[in-house]
Amino acid sequence: MSKKKQGVLRPVVTLVAIACLSAFILGYVHELTLEPIKRAKDNQELAAIAEVVGDFDNNPFAEKMTITTKNKKHKMVMYPARKDGALNSVAIKTYSNNGFGGRIELIVGFNVDGSIKNFKIISSHETPGLGTKVDEPRFKEQFKGFYPRRQVLKVKQDGGDIDAVTAATVSSRAVLKAIERAFSAFSNFNSGRDDE
Amino acid sequence: MSRESISNLTRGIIRENPIFVMLLGMCPTLGVSTSATNGLGMGLATMFVLILSNVFISAVKNLIPDIIRIPSFIVIIASFVTVIEMLMQAYIPVLYQALGIYIPLIVVNCIILGRAESFASKNNIWQSFLDGVGMGLGFTLALTILGSVREILGNGSIFGWSFIGENAHPMLLFIMPPGAFLALAGIIMVVNKLRGTK
Repeated sequence: MSKKKQGVLRPVVTLVAIACLSAFILGYVHELTLEPIKRAKDNQELAAIAEVVGDFDNNPFAEKMTITTKNKKHKMVMYPARKDGALNSVAIKTYSNNGFGGRIELIVGFNVDGSIKNFKIISSHETPGLGTKVDEPRFKEQFKGFYPRRQVLKVKQDGGDIDAVTAATVSSRAVLKAIERAFSAFSNFNSGRDDE
Repeated sequence: MSRESISNLTRGIIRENPIFVMLLGMCPTLGVSTSATNGLGMGLATMFVLILSNVFISAVKNLIPDIIRIPSFIVIIASFVTVIEMLMQAYIPVLYQALGIYIPLIVVNCIILGRAESFASKNNIWQSFLDGVGMGLGFTLALTILGSVREILGNGSIFGWSFIGENAHPMLLFIMPPGAFLALAGIIMVVNKLRGTK
């Protein structure tokens, strides 16, 4: 384009037009994808729940309830899994803000006796190849059947019973913190009930 | 295809490779190339946006006054990226889970703005398309190589397939940020040797 002096009007009008058009398109696509994105997220969460609890034939998603830790500081969502009407395990969505890359969200499955069944990370910003290893079998195996009431839910460096992932102690600690939180809420919920 | 077209298509792959030769887009390059899979995914996502933005900007280049071209390009690129992110999240959640965290990074990738500014705003749609494909392939190739080298050295695996024993100790350094610089420097050394530049 030549160097000759241009009016100020045309650039302003063009830029505003581009911005408006872009805003319109983004708004439209946002509206369009709002429902499918929510559904995709729900499906993802349901898949994670299915992975950490035992056999179930109810819809844990429909029966979800909010539970709190003893000091009422943390709220969590609990999904009960039932087989033939009897509760056999629960999945609790918990979190920790102390991960190496900030917030880690995970779903923990507990058997009714309070032992851990399994867990699954659903969102994290940990270092790929290091911190992300907390979601790998080698680390997770240690938790199968772990009983937080009798064993210590801490890494060995802190005097606990869990081997931290090499070079990812911070991430391991964060995961343990989140699980501990879920366990505290779960036992608080249990102690509040008389039946079962 | 004419000679010019072929040249525009192949230029980005080796001769003017955006990473190994032009050293553009270092932020996503160093950040996400921790494994071969990550590198490949980020490369493909960037290539997709690059082709779209090149074609679109080439199509509207005469409507945009010179003085506001950079802000206009940024708005266009950012809109493309956001639309793709939302569509992907809604309709291909599996792919979104694998690539999700890298998608917003594409906006700040200066390769895309660089190609819009130096190529697409001066050439026709077809040539801009070829340039987008070539540069995208070059970027994908470079990221995959860098990711593979870092994954092999730092994790003892390739594309997630581990070839060393459970108790072996790979050089973790290469997965961490300093390893990105070391690996990139080594690869550029080899590339320069092969290209015959001093």
